[in-house]
Amino acid sequence: MIATLTAAVADAVAPLMPHLVVAPVVIPLVAAAALLAIGEGRRGLLVAGSLAAMAVTLAVALALLAWVDVRGATPVIAVYLPANWDVPFGIVLVADRLSALMLAITAVVAVCALVFAVARWQRAGVYFHPLFQLQVMGINGAFLTADLFNLFVFVEVMLTASYALLLHGSGRARVQAGLHYIAVNLVASALFLLGVAMIYGIAGTLGMADVAQKLPAIPPHDRGLLYAGAALLGVALLAKAAVWPLNFWLVPAYSAAAAPVAAVFVLLTKVGFYAVLRLWTLFLAPQADSTTRFGADVLVLMGLATVVVAALTMIASRNVRRLAALATMMSAGTLVAVLGFGSAELLGGALYYLLGSTLAVATLFLLADLIERAREKGTGATADEGLVAPPPFAFDEQPVASGVNLDDEEAALIGQPIPIALAFLGLAFIVCVLLIAGLPPLAGFLAKFTMLAVLVGHDGAPTSSLGWAVVVVLILSSLVALLVLVRTGIRYFWVPQGRAVPHLAVIECLPIGGLVAGVVCITVAGGPILRYTTAAATHLLDPSAYVQAVAGTKATPGPTQPSRAAGGGTR
Amino acid sequence: MEIVLSAAIGILGASGIWLVLRARTFQVLMGLSLVSYAVNLFLFSMGSLSIGQEPIVTPGIPADLAHYTDPMVQALVLTAIVIGFATTALFLVVLLALRGLADNDHVDGKDEGA
Repeated sequence: MIATLTAAVADAVAPLMPHLVVAPVVIPLVAAAALLAIGEGRRGLLVAGSLAAMAVTLAVALALLAWVDVRGATPVIAVYLPANWDVPFGIVLVADRLSALMLAITAVVAVCALVFAVARWQRAGVYFHPLFQLQVMGINGAFLTADLFNLFVFVEVMLTASYALLLHGSGRARVQAGLHYIAVNLVASALFLLGVAMIYGIAGTLGMADVAQKLPAIPPHDRGLLYAGAALLGVALLAKAAVWPLNFWLVPAYSAAAAPVAAVFVLLTKVGFYAVLRLWTLFLAPQADSTTRFGADVLVLMGLATVVVAALTMIASRNVRRLAALATMMSAGTLVAVLGFGSAELLGGALYYLLGSTLAVATLFLLADLIERAREKGTGATADEGLVAPPPFAFDEQPVASGVNLDDEEAALIGQPIPIALAFLGLAFIVCVLLIAGLPPLAGFLAKFTMLAVLVGHDGAPTSSLGWAVVVVLILSSLVALLVLVRTGIRYFWVPQGRAVPHLAVIECLPIGGLVAGVVCITVAGGPILRYTTAAATHLLDPSAYVQAVAGTKATPGPTQPSRAAGGGTR
Repeated sequence: MEIVLSAAIGILGASGIWLVLRARTFQVLMGLSLVSYAVNLFLFSMGSLSIGQEPIVTPGIPADLAHYTDPMVQALVLTAIVIGFATTALFLVVLLALRGLADNDHVDGKDEGA
């Protein structure tokens, strides 16, 4: 059924290709400008415009996903030349399997976060909607661009919007976290530019495919410079991907951000991971004298350290938003650690894991907002109470309300029915726990199982000691995540007696329900999605098809285009 | 010329890093600016360093880097300057907001030992 639907959609959008590739950037950009013109006064129009733009972006992303997913050996790669200059002189946008997948997950999370924001958060400050659109535009652009400098530009657009969105709602915690966040990211951007400059100095070009073509011809005495440039780029991108030891900015910033903003911020770390994945596989093909790529072990070790640090910090945290931020970190670490092995099957599992963990952590950020609001209302505690934590393993000694029977010997307790709002929150929380801890039956388990099966060598291949280390760390981190999240669940959902029932607006439940439905979808469609991600990973690790598709694209001749003389120079 | 330019990049970068590691927000801001100057100069130097050569092709002179300076890096530097300028201005706003909320100019919003 999925296959026929995909084919139908791919046929339907065929006349629009390749122009559809630029739509995920143009739609939010135009929408942001229009929303700015509408102004804060006309709230209804603002919300409608914002939602419509995001819904269209989602539709375009799904259409692109269907377009690139055609079964067969040669991948379908859509290449768009926005200024109609020949490759490698102009800007190039490329949608391949990986880009389309990232666009789709971005759009899903963004739509849900936006709907959630409409309920309350949009009123916490000005210009939420234009900034949100620009944020999505930056993320989409970073996924689509096929040259290094535009990657820098789109990442900067994304970060600049995120600086403003982080401050949405204001308050001391946000401003302080925002200051650190901006400073760290400005330094990382400086390193990014240094890396880009060095690669340009060596290869003389900035198009990713063009660089990939030219790098094998680089003389050995220049390879050191290439590695230095790649390492600088790597540091900058890994800082954005939140990999230890470059991730100390993450927890304060993400836990201070407003809930829908934090949910979208989960995607920012994925942009960092995407850029590392794309550039590492394109630029650093294995040399003749070795089978591994430059820096593979470093990636594995940094990823492992990230997971360990995130797990240990989780044990000491009680605040749900902090836990969600740490879960972001843990998923980033897992992805980078697994990336280092450079195996297509493993990478396919990791991309599937990326989908599940992104949805789960985004849901957890939205849930944390509702849970804490209910708690504030019930106990009069402030939302920041959890930040000054009492000992992590002590459960709250709640004063027992009169009329509550704690003695088993006495008359049976007639349980109060769980209010439906609380049941909803609890169930959504359980889904998040299952996904983050990687327990059956949801996508988190399928993804982790796929990765572990490859790592322990189900096909008889021996496992390296680093491979075993990853296996152990993945399993133990799942255990820690399970323990910590269950502890938090008990504390929030079971322990309180006679608490106030949270009042949830339907519009707040919709996005959470949508994200949970998304989780169920990717679980049910696990087979086709794994096939898709594995195909994406195969073509990433052997980028010749990507390079040829980009290099082979010719500009469309205009009606009055003068013929370009071979020597150039005169016109 | 190479020595002068690399010394300028090195000194700007070193001063910038030193200032970024300071505890006062305004020093951090100045440090970030200096670092971005150093990066821009570095980016500029990645084209060909030459004196008196134009980046724009003129008729009669062969279009190669022996006769022109690289226009690419100049475009890149221009973009980088614009982006750096915008983000620095944003940082300045956040700096002032934190100064107002925390009543001091420490990066963590608290004055130790004061």
